[in-house]
Amino acid sequence: MSKSSLKQTLKDLDIKKISIRELNQDYLKRIKENENLNVFIHFSEENVLKQIDNLEKDNSAKKLKGIPIAIKDLFCTKSMPTTAASKILENFNPTYESFVTQKLLDEGSIFVGKTNLDEFAMGSATNTSFFGNTINPLSQENEPLAPGGSSGGSAAAVAADLCLGATGTDTGGSIRQPASFCGVVGIKPTYGLCSRWGIAAFASSLDQAGIFSHNVEDASILLQSIAGFDQRDSTSAKVDIPNYFENLDDDLNGKTVGIPKEYSIDGIPIEISQIWEDAIKVLEKKGVKIKNISLPHTKYALPTYYIIAPAEASSNLARYDGVKYGFRSDEIDSLDEMYENTRAQGFGREVKRRILIGTYVLSAGYYDAYYLKAQKVRKLIADDFNKAFKECDFIVTPTAPSAAFPLNEKQNDPIKMYLNDVFTVPASLAGLPGISIPFGKDKNNLPLGIQILGKHFDEQQVFNAAVSLERSYE
Amino acid sequence: MNNLIKGEKHDWEMVIGLEIHAQVKSNSKLFSSSSTKFGSSPNSQVSLVDAAMPGMLPVINKYCVEQAVKTGVGLNAKINNYSVFDRKNYFYADLPQGYQISQYKYPIVGEGKVTIDFKDGTSKDIRIVRLHLEQDAGKSLHDQNPSKTYVDLNRSGVALMEIVSEPDIRTPDEAGMYISKIRSILMYLDTCDGNMQEGSLRADVNISVRKPGDEYGTRCEIKNLNSIKFIKQAINYEAKRQIEILESGGSIEQNTMLFNTSTGKTRPMRNKEEAHDYRYFPDPDLLPLEISKVEIGKIKSSIPELPDELKNKFIETYKLSNYDASVLTAEKKTSDYFNETINSDPELKNYAKIVVNWITSELFSLLNKNNQDLNNSPVSPENLGQLIKLISTNEISGKIAKDVLEDMFSSGKTARQIVDEKGLQQVTDQGEIAKVIDEVIAENPKMVEQYLAGKDKLLGFFVGQAMKLTKGKANPKMLNDILKQKLNKKN
Repeated sequence: MSKSSLKQTLKDLDIKKISIRELNQDYLKRIKENENLNVFIHFSEENVLKQIDNLEKDNSAKKLKGIPIAIKDLFCTKSMPTTAASKILENFNPTYESFVTQKLLDEGSIFVGKTNLDEFAMGSATNTSFFGNTINPLSQENEPLAPGGSSGGSAAAVAADLCLGATGTDTGGSIRQPASFCGVVGIKPTYGLCSRWGIAAFASSLDQAGIFSHNVEDASILLQSIAGFDQRDSTSAKVDIPNYFENLDDDLNGKTVGIPKEYSIDGIPIEISQIWEDAIKVLEKKGVKIKNISLPHTKYALPTYYIIAPAEASSNLARYDGVKYGFRSDEIDSLDEMYENTRAQGFGREVKRRILIGTYVLSAGYYDAYYLKAQKVRKLIADDFNKAFKECDFIVTPTAPSAAFPLNEKQNDPIKMYLNDVFTVPASLAGLPGISIPFGKDKNNLPLGIQILGKHFDEQQVFNAAVSLERSYE
Repeated sequence: MNNLIKGEKHDWEMVIGLEIHAQVKSNSKLFSSSSTKFGSSPNSQVSLVDAAMPGMLPVINKYCVEQAVKTGVGLNAKINNYSVFDRKNYFYADLPQGYQISQYKYPIVGEGKVTIDFKDGTSKDIRIVRLHLEQDAGKSLHDQNPSKTYVDLNRSGVALMEIVSEPDIRTPDEAGMYISKIRSILMYLDTCDGNMQEGSLRADVNISVRKPGDEYGTRCEIKNLNSIKFIKQAINYEAKRQIEILESGGSIEQNTMLFNTSTGKTRPMRNKEEAHDYRYFPDPDLLPLEISKVEIGKIKSSIPELPDELKNKFIETYKLSNYDASVLTAEKKTSDYFNETINSDPELKNYAKIVVNWITSELFSLLNKNNQDLNNSPVSPENLGQLIKLISTNEISGKIAKDVLEDMFSSGKTARQIVDEKGLQQVTDQGEIAKVIDEVIAENPKMVEQYLAGKDKLLGFFVGQAMKLTKGKANPKMLNDILKQKLNKKN
């Protein structure tokens, strides 16, 4: 499978080596051939052809004109239904376009479909979707593997070359971990860089849109397109967005990388420790100063995350009540019954579990012990990073504690599943940008990911370090 | 003042605190740009945010924040530079988000106070705990269909100010005066239209009773009262209910009550066990609200004269009583009307008390009788001023002036026109009055005899007869003087 990059494709389109129609028909063909992977919740060839027709009539120059992009089905889109992989929004057709997808449309990209995810982005294996599992394209015939999650559909779409890039959202690792599992690049930018307007909310203080792509250059081009201030999102940041792609610089000479000792945890596969060391060696060769740092509150990150995220989710998902839109149970004799049956039948197990956890930690008598304490710890975790970034320019860690695992492996053990986020969650709590790039393989020849974290709004440094590692690996 | 109420066994004192919900006067909602216009067709003023569509986010309306700050200043309250919006979580069909955005731990306005004035000239401060901003819910319509409930979201997301008082109120009247005073301040500030019928101002009443000197008793909260009359009725009923329970040896359950306006009774809506756990937490979609001292200063300097300042000014300038001045300043339209009247003629400032009386008794009763409002009174302040000038210069009598005012009210003519057309000027010509008196004396010889024999009361009879002959126009003092003179001469 030879995958052409977004950058190369833009050139080919520009010199008319290939037409928008030819390009997309190529992708359409592959999408249809790979239906067994269950990558898309919504795919309509007709809809893609319509977009091609419209673009052919459009003479204006656009940065991503004709580029096939897959959209995580958590972004509200006018042209396609938006389900959040849930039964409760099974037939929901937004009348509005999310900020991020509107930006991509304005640039002339073509939406090939809406990708599968964990229901309301709650999960790490894309196995809580109402629409079934997505299968990791790197699976062997006899053992289907999980693509990671929650943005597993988008990661798989890029890995199977069903598009040139995909959107994702990352709350505790939902872009970086599936990128690692599927052997693609995934970036979660700084909290506030991309507007959350029009993304069905999971945990508002953590949710952030980002990008999957075949390589770092492509990620830098796509992130550029979706970033920017939006007055409709009060947490959106008013910052200048540099031209990440133009400014890409793989010369890291004189930079300092931080290596947090707390990320050496017991029980992670030897191959993961190995690629981490390899990455450090590569950087050292490039003249990067290696600095051992400490992020002492790392061990509290996971429990902190699993209090704050469910707490916000329990409130964010209260709007799915059967009153205004979406699924409503037909077994109703009273208002209370409408809520009970609609939500009992409309939500899946994992979503219900998190709503219950969230409701519990916010309850009178428990609030101080859980939610308030978690907020305080979150501040300490953020302070750890602030301190560390006084001594280094970026931080390098593994992305996930394992390679892609078999689809059904952790199905019935939520705690084990939650451990997947151990390396990604701290940066989410601190609102920092992080990228995962493929870097090495495990003994089964499955890809492993390296995570690079940067300072707030220093996506450029993250891209530079990533492109440098990527080029050395190639 | 004795504020106690008599029970079967003891005297009891009421302890009352109010939570007033005042709709912020603003064209758009607290977190969306939809219109707040009252009475539009159902669900015609609902944005994606108001309907809580997936992925929609609230954005604070700065104007509503300024209105809240303004109100805080008007309530002599501390304005907080830092406040936080929290989510109050509960399920209801007309609450689209499944939570109300409100302020819990950090309200925008802290402690303040307002003063209420009594008829006897005394006054009392009611302390305010806080004012916070919050969203209103939509409306459930239960009467449109026998088996269905419909939801109108026009009101969903409209900004409210919740003003919470300390339990400083002791009588239903004080509660009424307190809410009137708050309403008055809000209307002077133009931060709330004060329209209680349309629900722009409503109150929850917390009430308990105790024996004087005891600790506070267990309270009940009566929800959502939208008129001063109902507030007083509800308090009276609820206090009696509590006293009866306590005097028969029972104890009060801390309940949330509803007031039935047709029966005048309260009934429990839910008890303490059924109370919601609202799971308040800071809304992660909104940043904390920070207002700089400079911004607060700017808002402060934009504030108009408030009723208490105006009241003191009236007392000082026109030597009015505290009570008269507070009646006059209770509503902005009244104090505006008074100002325009008294400034319509330089002489009138010497007759301020008369001006007050003519506005607050004669004109108000005519307006009431005709179901009209001072804002569009058929009698303009200038015309009323002219009428009062005619009284003060003895051109017409006070009695005739009442008829003239009625005529002005219905015909729209000026006082001068009416007096001239109808020839209502007082007769102040001594000779003319003497001539009429002579006539009366001559026609009633028997009465004169009786008067001279000591029946002093008959003086009124002669005055009445003489007035009748002058069609009420004779100057009463002159008439009296001359009559006495003439009768005494007979002696």
